[in-house]
Amino acid sequence: MRLLSTYLIGLIFGVGISISGMANPAKVLNFFDVAGTWDPSLIFVMGGAVVVAFLGYRIVLRRPAPIIDAKFHLPENSRIDARLVGGSALFGVGWGIAGFCPGGALPALGTGQIEVFAFMAALIAGIFAAKWLMTLTNARAARLLRRET
Amino acid sequence: MLELTAIETLFTPWQSLAGGVLIGLASVLLMLTLGRIMGATGVLAGILTPSAHPDIGWRLALLAGMITGPLAVMALTGQMPAVEVPVSMPMLLVGGFLVGIGVTYGSGCTSGHGVCGVARLSRRSIAATAVFMLTTGLTVFVIRHVVGG
Repeated sequence: MRLLSTYLIGLIFGVGISISGMANPAKVLNFFDVAGTWDPSLIFVMGGAVVVAFLGYRIVLRRPAPIIDAKFHLPENSRIDARLVGGSALFGVGWGIAGFCPGGALPALGTGQIEVFAFMAALIAGIFAAKWLMTLTNARAARLLRRET
Repeated sequence: MLELTAIETLFTPWQSLAGGVLIGLASVLLMLTLGRIMGATGVLAGILTPSAHPDIGWRLALLAGMITGPLAVMALTGQMPAVEVPVSMPMLLVGGFLVGIGVTYGSGCTSGHGVCGVARLSRRSIAATAVFMLTTGLTVFVIRHVVGG
């Protein structure tokens, strides 16, 4: 039941991404190319998604808990730090180069096109590289902290 | 050459709005049932590092739904959603790698920060979204009009 409903939610997301144009790098890159072959369609994707999510969350988050789980899993961190800003900046550079973002590429895998698999392989390599770098810097910070105390 | 010739795309406000509404709806339903944020980065990272995220079942179900999205569109309309990639293979890989590092440090992407986080009025997500929209736009401008122009 839990897995079936979650599968259907993923399907709604996948259909939404597919018809919106977010899975199509040509359309995504044209959205950002205001000075060239501009296609403003994606403002309607973001607008529609944010308005529906904003209104829906207002209603859903009034509940004491979700239907299937014991509690809401909401991020509590509200700090705007260098990791957030630097990471997001780098994400934008990559998105501007490739035209795929993770939420667009995951459903696009279903089309079976080789470019999507290539992008996903590089994306996964990037995620592991970042996690490895984070472990290194965290270990180094912990060592420095120990030396000081 | 950084990019192949830009592909012109049609302005599709209604179709893109419908897609956006479905993306928002899926985000609300995931919050209602499991109390989770609909973020492609979080779903993917959870599947890639199962030791840190023991609850992998719902993430796999969600991913399966996302990937079957284009197939459902194909079944309903008789046409596979367009995935046109005006980007060379090396640049696709470079872009994918940067996206992977960026979303890991930035803890989210267009779906998690751009839709769900903005809809929750999270300061972190609004900052992240502003930063990546800006750097994506700048990157597309530089590639298409400074380097490639």
